Amino acid sequence: MQVSCSVNGVPRTADVEPRLLLVHLIREVFDLTGTHVGCDTTSCGACTVLLDGTPVKSCTVLAVQADGREITTVEGLGQDGKLHPIQEGFKEEHGLQCGFCTPGMMLVAKALLERNPDPTEEDIRWAISGNICRCTGYVNIVKAIRWAARRMAEERPAAAV
Amino acid sequence: MLPPRFDYRRPGSLEEAVDLLAEHGDQAKVLAGGQSLIPLLKFRLAAPALLVDVNRVPGLDGLAEEGGHLRIGALVRHATLEREASLRGRYPAIAAAAPQISDPLVRNLGTVGGSLAHADPSGDWGAVMLALGASVVARSRRGEREIPVRELFRDTFTTSLEPDELLTEVRVPAPAGPVGGTYLKLERKVGDFATVAVAVHVEMRDGRIGRAGIGMAAVGPTNLRAEAAEAALAGAEPTEEAFAEAARLAAQAASPVSDVRGSAEYKRHVVEVYVRRGLAAAVERARAA
Repeated sequence: MQVSCSVNGVPRTADVEPRLLLVHLIREVFDLTGTHVGCDTTSCGACTVLLDGTPVKSCTVLAVQADGREITTVEGLGQDGKLHPIQEGFKEEHGLQCGFCTPGMMLVAKALLERNPDPTEEDIRWAISGNICRCTGYVNIVKAIRWAARRMAEERPAAAV
Repeated sequence: MLPPRFDYRRPGSLEEAVDLLAEHGDQAKVLAGGQSLIPLLKFRLAAPALLVDVNRVPGLDGLAEEGGHLRIGALVRHATLEREASLRGRYPAIAAAAPQISDPLVRNLGTVGGSLAHADPSGDWGAVMLALGASVVARSRRGEREIPVRELFRDTFTTSLEPDELLTEVRVPAPAGPVGGTYLKLERKVGDFATVAVAVHVEMRDGRIGRAGIGMAAVGPTNLRAEAAEAALAGAEPTEEAFAEAARLAAQAASPVSDVRGSAEYKRHVVEVYVRRGLAAAVERARAA
């Protein structure tokens, strides 16, 4: 069955079995291995991608369901060789140790900051509550997302008074 | 983990969807949010020949109060209910339950209708909809019928929906008078199934309890309604003694089993505590309304 979708702004097409999971389409067909497979049972969030801007666990979505839709993976965060402020935040605040959960954490952060540019610590903890960091680096992940929120606020043109 | 092989169809209309179900019967499964179905496929607990993906069927994503009901279309996601501030006043049990379902990412895809059709005894919406006296609308080529949720759950993962029927809508009766409600869920961590959960709904009439609804999750082969407790509360003064008696009756109606999440005795005790607390909170909310 043919699937046509946009991945990080690039139109992609593939012929897949209906049973193929979205995470395998992304990793094995499109060769974008930043999206990880962790638990494979909708628990850990390592496979998080944005589907039309909304975070989902791509181990629990069929590839064919992405037909005609927009997918954002961690590879789509940085632009023109420049890190996204969320990536910078994870670097500055030591928001990762092993890095396995990091793509998912950064993508839920992106969706959160688009909806809520000035989140409280509780808002951030809510947003990442479906993503597990087994290095237990949550404190620094929260700090990293707050860092990104501040940086993105600075980068936004000041609102007209 | 690949699911077993299946055919996949993505109907573009309700007619096409029910035609597919009529043709394929129990060989077909409906795919909505997929957050229960896809794990079931991976674990080989289900192996349908055909998946009917209803996500692109127009008209199934409505959420509105009309004709004396809150109508929740089959494609309304948990996250939509979580964000819908207008539900907090009139449907407090729904507003309380929505943010406690699984985790935020699952809530972005999972649906209320799918959760009811899946009929997991630990399901959150089953308990809430039992408490609210809700029903579901089942559509097939043969027509449409409304099934009260209390008649929906036949057994674990088994409903009274026929194989050719598509659940298109959940209908919650609009409350009459001051309303209170809540959802109390004990879980080991975000995303886990409930160890025990209790949904409470109360409508007040002239300072007394007009109608009370109590639904329970994870304490029986299906979601359970605490009927004796509800009957004891109808028309009662909202006193601590009445709450305690209802809680005792609800705990009696529960039939939990011991498992990794706790002993049967512990779970039954939690039911009693949650019903008592839930009723107190619901009545307080109704009085403040």
